[in-house]
Amino acid sequence: MAEKVAFELVSPEKLLLSKEVDLVVVPGAEGNFGVLPRHAPMISTVRPGVIEVYETRGQASDRIFIAGGFAEVTPDRCTVLAEEALSVGDIDVAETEQRIRDLTEDVADAKTETERTSAAKALEAAKAKREAAARA
Amino acid sequence: MSSLKDLRNRISSVKSTQKITSAMKMVAASKLRRAQEQAEAGRPYAERMERMLASLARNVNTGGQGPKLMTGTGKDDVHLLLVMTSDRGLCGGFNGSITREVRRRIRALREEGKEVKLFCVGRKGYDALKREFGPMIIETVFDVGRPRLTFADADGIAESLLRRYEEGEFDVCTVVYNHFKSAIAQIVTPQQLVPVALPEVDEGEAEADTGPASRAVYDFEPDEERIIAELLPRNLAVQIYKALLESAASEQGARMTAMDNATRNAGEMIDDLTLQYNRTRQAVVTSELIEIISGAEAL
Repeated sequence: MAEKVAFELVSPEKLLLSKEVDLVVVPGAEGNFGVLPRHAPMISTVRPGVIEVYETRGQASDRIFIAGGFAEVTPDRCTVLAEEALSVGDIDVAETEQRIRDLTEDVADAKTETERTSAAKALEAAKAKREAAARA
Repeated sequence: MSSLKDLRNRISSVKSTQKITSAMKMVAASKLRRAQEQAEAGRPYAERMERMLASLARNVNTGGQGPKLMTGTGKDDVHLLLVMTSDRGLCGGFNGSITREVRRRIRALREEGKEVKLFCVGRKGYDALKREFGPMIIETVFDVGRPRLTFADADGIAESLLRRYEEGEFDVCTVVYNHFKSAIAQIVTPQQLVPVALPEVDEGEAEADTGPASRAVYDFEPDEERIIAELLPRNLAVQIYKALLESAASEQGARMTAMDNATRNAGEMIDDLTLQYNRTRQAVVTSELIEIISGAEAL
């Protein structure tokens, strides 16, 4: 297995991760997908969830929570543009719980449709964060 | 001719001014370095975003019914200018050149019969424009990036822009900011944000850049329209973030140059004053001597 995927995780503020890996599992908008070398080119939106990076077969070397973004896959590389990224181990569960409570109120209190959808979206991301922490 | 005491006072006051300007120069230099690092770190994201948009643009047929952000509202009657200036002064022509360009644009647009609205980022631009164009300013944001510029700052501005756009408050949005070329040269750059101009793809360059693979047909998940609908607002925030970073670096660069000049001028002034002081002192001594001698001779 000489072939590798050049995986890059980029946030607006900096390049977070850039390495050659065997497999990346990305939480796509329509389900998780694994990227191996020679993957068909594609562009996908990413839902809040955990990216699993397998530097070598069978062992996830990095598990990173991202709060949504975009992924671009070509046969030799996989680029994820993340909105917010955090290593799963660093998630503050108590803070996330608090945020979920706050956001649930926000959704209930939202006056306009746009306010509600944006709060609901943030709530979903926070819930995914909690789940990611729970499974770690 | 000023007296010796006046001269001494002036010299000491210029000296303390020089101390301040040289300290400000140092501070600006270190802030500039930080701003440049940050701009450097933000570049990969913007580049990849552009690449993704380019591949989308190549694959999506924009049959005129794309999202409003891309196709525009179908008219261009109301222009919004996003004016990026600093919150603090003492940075040479940094704010002046921006407001000059903005005034020029407003005049040009008015002559074409368009309506102009202003969105001011930074206190200095607001102060300079409010007297002449006060009623046109629809929103102001101060103290952006203090203590540190984050993406959330840009996101906030982008969100407000998007909301106004959705409500039909403007048709075209252009940002005017200082592009950082070097510490001495900042270039006032207008860039159209809305409607988004999709990056033109130079086939030859794209090929050289990423190999033939980049021309392959992409699969889209969920579908092109939905992705582009999500990508475009994101791209707006990224462009604003980029402009904010450039503007921050330019501000520090401009301040550093301005303070360097001020320090040098103060040095020259001190030299001149010291020379004048010594001459005056000598003249005073000489005239005293003459007085004594002529007094003695008269006896």
